[in-house]
Amino acid sequence: MSYTPHTPDDIARMLGRIGVSSVGDLFDSVPESLRSRGELKLARPLAEQALLGYLGELAGRNASCERTASFLGGGAYHHFIPATVDALASRGEFLTAYTPYQAEVSQGTLQAIFEFQTLMCQLTGLEVANASLYDGASATAESALLALRTTKRRRVLLGAGVHPHYAQVLRTYLEGIGAEIQELPIGPDGRTELAEVPADTACIVLQQPNFFGCVEQLAPFARAAQAAGALLVSTTAEPLALALVQPPGAEGADVACGEAQSFGVPLSFGGPYAGFLTTRQKFVRQLPGRLIGESVDSQGERAFVMTLTTREQHIRREKATSNICTNQGLMALRVTIWLALHGKQGLRELAESNLALAHYARAKLREVGLELPYSAPVFNEFVVAGRGLTARAAKVDPTEMLPGLSLERIDPRRRDQLLICTTEMNTRAEIDRLAEVLAP
Amino acid sequence: MTTPGRSGLLFREPTLFERSRPGRRGVPIDRPDVPAVDPRELLGASARDEITDFPEVSELEVVRHFTRLSQWNFSIDTGTYPLGSCTMKYNPRLNERAAALPGFASLHPLAPEGAIQGILALGYTLEEVLAEISGLDRVTLQPAAGAQGEFVGMKMIQAYHRARGDLKRDRVIIPNTAHGTNPASAALNGLEVVELRVGPDGIVHPEDLDGLLDERTAAFMLTNPNTLGVFETYVEEIASRVHAAGGLVYMDGANMNALLGVAKPGHMGVDVMHFNLHKTFSTPHGGGGPGSGPVAVRNILAPYLPVPVIRREGERYVLDEEFPNTVGRVHGFMGNVGMWIRALAFIRTLGADGLADVTRCAVLNANYLLAALRSSYDLPHGRRVMHECVLTDKRQQAHGVSTADIAKRMMDYGFHPPTIYFPLVVSGALMIEPTENESLESLDALIEALESIAREAATEPDTVRNAPTRTVVRRVDEVRAARQPRLRWTRETDPSPSGGGA
Repeated sequence: MSYTPHTPDDIARMLGRIGVSSVGDLFDSVPESLRSRGELKLARPLAEQALLGYLGELAGRNASCERTASFLGGGAYHHFIPATVDALASRGEFLTAYTPYQAEVSQGTLQAIFEFQTLMCQLTGLEVANASLYDGASATAESALLALRTTKRRRVLLGAGVHPHYAQVLRTYLEGIGAEIQELPIGPDGRTELAEVPADTACIVLQQPNFFGCVEQLAPFARAAQAAGALLVSTTAEPLALALVQPPGAEGADVACGEAQSFGVPLSFGGPYAGFLTTRQKFVRQLPGRLIGESVDSQGERAFVMTLTTREQHIRREKATSNICTNQGLMALRVTIWLALHGKQGLRELAESNLALAHYARAKLREVGLELPYSAPVFNEFVVAGRGLTARAAKVDPTEMLPGLSLERIDPRRRDQLLICTTEMNTRAEIDRLAEVLAP
Repeated sequence: MTTPGRSGLLFREPTLFERSRPGRRGVPIDRPDVPAVDPRELLGASARDEITDFPEVSELEVVRHFTRLSQWNFSIDTGTYPLGSCTMKYNPRLNERAAALPGFASLHPLAPEGAIQGILALGYTLEEVLAEISGLDRVTLQPAAGAQGEFVGMKMIQAYHRARGDLKRDRVIIPNTAHGTNPASAALNGLEVVELRVGPDGIVHPEDLDGLLDERTAAFMLTNPNTLGVFETYVEEIASRVHAAGGLVYMDGANMNALLGVAKPGHMGVDVMHFNLHKTFSTPHGGGGPGSGPVAVRNILAPYLPVPVIRREGERYVLDEEFPNTVGRVHGFMGNVGMWIRALAFIRTLGADGLADVTRCAVLNANYLLAALRSSYDLPHGRRVMHECVLTDKRQQAHGVSTADIAKRMMDYGFHPPTIYFPLVVSGALMIEPTENESLESLDALIEALESIAREAATEPDTVRNAPTRTVVRRVDEVRAARQPRLRWTRETDPSPSGGGA
């Protein structure tokens, strides 16, 4: 089985035209010493039914959020995906096309991504967006790189409220070019504390809402950055919050990036997701990755096409704004479909229901005697603390409930703190049960 | 009369924003049975009123919108898509079903270890399989695409040199036939790119490295087979020269479809390579991604693998973050996991013999195309090709017809064009990769189309130059797109009758 169509007769005819006597002859440019002797050592092939049995057994060993009451967030959010998203995004014309290099036969992908770029700009309040990046983490790193290029400086002030994995990826990306990273701590209310911005600062990077769920006030950071000639980068892991919270662009952020997984992309153990990056028009030539633009065809009809490609690796090579080639196109399409299905009103209502559930959960957990260490407003995620909390959470059977993320996993100083997330997938009864199992 | 169709049943379709009408709704949203919270009260000045111009469309309009857009795309499911270097092979639907199993699709990446044993077992198995195919020792599945794999691979090479106190190695030698991502990934690591110019036969000869290798050489990056579709016959000797100079050898595995079961990079002297699961292992390209770019390395590079690493402890799998020499993390979580599932489904469906058959048929198809097309098109070199072949527009240029024209004309014949103007070392390149899935009849149809276009170039060049004429839009003005970049819809630039840009 290899999905190959040739009959022995086809092969004979093809070899005849090529002028060789066997398929093996076609490999004569591979030196004998390098040829593999014997087959690859792989498990025996499985037909469709048996394969699904094998993979189904592996899938069954995982605690799917469809069957367990999950209160996990922290950069990956369990939101409902309407059937229409899967039906449309799985159309072969979208699924089995590639990067729209040839505009005339790729108008579907091109227009959809143009719409994605527009939606991302509308959410963040900024002017231009690219066609997607790998995920929120690499989008954050690429944003910092954009700031370093633009300002020709080398210091990054990194808020401690940025997702710890995003921060790690940012360090990995920036390590090779000798940037200096300085951390801005979290204050007692759960928001990042503003500090003096050194003169060699390229950017301040904050997360909105931050990793601990708190809504940041970006405007003072934007002013401080601007006064120092630096940029403010705002990254967002839960962009549903932007339906209710001031968009980063309106608060003065120069770059707003993040992770759009919340909008119709399955959890899928962390990927594939959809990173996004938006910025001001004046930085458009510094953007990493693909950009789709509107133009016309030779008859004057509206048409879309990849544009400003001279920024990119396939033209500019080592001087490109990024090394990214393949992005997350299909995920960006899912995001576009999901957002279109929700629309202006639906998105707001969904965000309001997330907000209401989180505040119900906060009240419930406080009622049973747990602490809420931070006073800043939250959207659908928050930190809860209390002696023995981690131990109680660890005792819960994961096939019944995933009672939040133990922050000790991220930072050993955060003992007995859980990051709890509630979405529309959680019921009131589940939250009541959560309060019971976590109660001291 | 205004009809919805642009021609027959090929429909016009405005953007979502132009379809939008105030107050129109899509999917209904349930209100939870908990007290409502007023966001304005809670957030004060941080509260947002509404998202201006956000679309308001009905569910059926969304369905029609995206269905119509999809019909404007050419895809593998529609027809032959011989886009060189991209390996546009069949994407089995079985793999989609596998990735959609709830135990995978609804699995949270931060679930505790006891809740993720199945996916860790799957990842571990895929790592073992890729190690076997590559002839290397260890694999990371974290890179989200080939370019990120290159970035990680080069970073591990740097870490290796640094750990040995070899601090001067800041250069990477890259042939001018390489994918653009190679030099871009090296530069992202702060490495200096030294370009190696290949000779007229298109491959690297050991003596080409004379004068390039020295104590500053961190690595040599090679694509094998290279972007001309040719096996780098001297790879072993090249690798030993690089090693003798203290450098390591990186292989871009974009073209692994030519090597499955035939030869292993690890046996060629390669120290680190990346795979493209979306090329070799059939995961769908999705209109530009997602990809997945696992990296395989020799044991000497294992200490530098990105974290977390999947480790097996008896019957259990754990995520190990305790790697003191790691290059760090490159993905928010574990990588494009959905692509691992699809790739493993493909590999388990085929087995060793099926994978070898993939390569045999891919190479047979490319050579068949080349044998047929050499009478109509100029070839940049005379060497045997593997899984793809490169033609040029040299003969057609005499009639004022370029590679771009030939590519556009192919659309009128019902084919996706090949990769064009790449590799950069070939003037007017047309890079054709048929993959193993195309039948003899579809190859013959492709040949017939290209032969016909070659005749048209000589006899009626304007027909080729004015192509395409049968696509949903005619040739798109790329210059205008770049001169007046319009990268999003706005009310002011909306060209529809109700918009400000009409």
